[in-house]
Amino acid sequence: MPDPASISCEDLSYAYPGEAEPALSGVGFEVRAGEYVGVVGPNGGGKSTLLRLLNGLLAAGSGTVRIAGHDPTTEPFEVRQRVGMLFQNPENGLVAPFVEDDVAFGLENLGVPRGEMRARVRGAIEAVGLAGYERREPHTLSGGEKQRVALAGLLALEPEILLLDEPTSMLDAAGRREVLDRLRGLRREKTILHVTHHLEELLDADRILVMNGGELVADVYPAQLISDPDLLARNYLVLPPLLRLASGLGLEAKKPRTPEDLAREIQHRSPRRTEAR
Amino acid sequence: MSVARSFGQFYPVASPLHALDPRAKILSTAVLLLGLFFVDSAAGLGLVAVAVVALVAVSRVPPLTFLRLLRPVAFIVALTVFFQVLFSREGETLFAWGILEIHEGGVRLGLFLGGRILLLVSAAALLTATTAPLALADGLEDLLSPLKKLRFPAHEVAMMMTIALRFIPTLYEESQKITKAQAARGADFAEGGPLSRIRTTIPILIPLTVGAFRRADELAEAMESRGYRGGEGRTRYRELRFRQRDAIALAATALVLAGAILL
Ligand SMILES: Nc1ncnc2c1ncn2[C@@H]1O[C@H](COP(=O)(O)OP(=O)(O)O)[C@@H](O)[C@H]1O
Ligand SMILES: [Mg+2]
Repeated sequence: MPDPASISCEDLSYAYPGEAEPALSGVGFEVRAGEYVGVVGPNGGGKSTLLRLLNGLLAAGSGTVRIAGHDPTTEPFEVRQRVGMLFQNPENGLVAPFVEDDVAFGLENLGVPRGEMRARVRGAIEAVGLAGYERREPHTLSGGEKQRVALAGLLALEPEILLLDEPTSMLDAAGRREVLDRLRGLRREKTILHVTHHLEELLDADRILVMNGGELVADVYPAQLISDPDLLARNYLVLPPLLRLASGLGLEAKKPRTPEDLAREIQHRSPRRTEAR
Repeated sequence: MSVARSFGQFYPVASPLHALDPRAKILSTAVLLLGLFFVDSAAGLGLVAVAVVALVAVSRVPPLTFLRLLRPVAFIVALTVFFQVLFSREGETLFAWGILEIHEGGVRLGLFLGGRILLLVSAAALLTATTAPLALADGLEDLLSPLKKLRFPAHEVAMMMTIALRFIPTLYEESQKITKAQAARGADFAEGGPLSRIRTTIPILIPLTVGAFRRADELAEAMESRGYRGGEGRTRYRELRFRQRDAIALAATALVLAGAILL
């Protein structure tokens, strides 16, 4: 299949109006269709700015962005039909007073006929596991449920690309798991760019982009990132507890592991004690 | 509390009035509100009153609940009657005591004007009690859309109503949270006269307003990223259907009103 780059940007720079320091400078990368790419880095590193440029909420100061071949600044509507963006705080992204009306919002904007809209709204609500919530009011939902409503609103548009800007950072553990489970189900089917502070959410990503000070400082495989203490430290990245434990014990912090894996490896490393049992 | 459902005065039950198209109800109410000013006989007013009472019965809104909806205007009605009764010098004198004189014409006019205000408000209350706020917004958008040619922002008005419905409960909850937080730091909201009450609400209003602006920013970004670009080329998820019964309701309203004006 001739796989066109889903997302591509080249030498992208941007400074917010009135700011001396650019929020983004010289960023270039490509994401192929169906890839799952993580974006990490310290606060203020430029991750949110990058996503805003990708769907045309901001116009690049210099450099180019292409989303499935379209320029978000000159063809924002083309781009927004293909790109769904999930924000940190779902509370402020829900527009309508009822769940089903909110999920329909994007479809209304695209001018989708009503009959088709009904089917797509129903499908999207089911896809995020909220069937039966159609007439609920957003303010009565938990954080995880709100974020799933927001996700349903994106899925109803059948976007090729999902841009996720720390969608779990305001959720409790249960909410995080709900949302991550739904997102995992979308892998391969969608191109996903996932900004997060939790490295464990990215251990099985295809690649991870590291942003710091407005620059793309690394574009690596997860395994490369977690086994590079220098790269981690320079960008204030913290390994998830299990990997931190493993690397503290001097074990290779390379592949994702379960607690059982780790236990086995520790036993393996201390043969005398196991034999003594 | 289900604000979006009960916001304003909506009373969510199933009734023939609830089932009508909001546009039919808005138009009927408008016709009634305008027409009432041309009703100049007590008999005419009586006819409209009978019709309104019948509609309240049909609406399945409990009479006491309905009366409570009228309470905000009770004072104005009382004031109107009071002034007419006290200061009108028309007709026979019914009662005189010093400078106080009550005339028959004053009583009649007072009751007539009071009754008219009551009917105006009842008609409006009937509309909001039987029409969900979101349907009201849709209906208004449709009815006002011919005015788009005159640059009237019909779609924007409806979108504003929708967003208000969505965020009123959120902002209400936030104000409760801030109040509690301030109270925990020793702020006292219950005590004091109006001036100190105002002083104590400022520490609530300021963070609430700042928060609302931040929300508005994020909401605008989310709406834009979901392809919102105004009313142009937009379809609507919620369906309004103007049926035969809506036409009949509208015609019946006009008929009753014509009768009331002629009486
Ligand atoms: N609306 C804004 N106006 C001015 N500066 C901003 C704005 N949003 C972000 N910035 C600045 O741009 C830089 C990058 O921010 P951002 O993209 O939000 O980083 P991240 O999402 O990685 O935390 C930061 O220095 C931040 O202060
Ligand atoms: Mg950010």
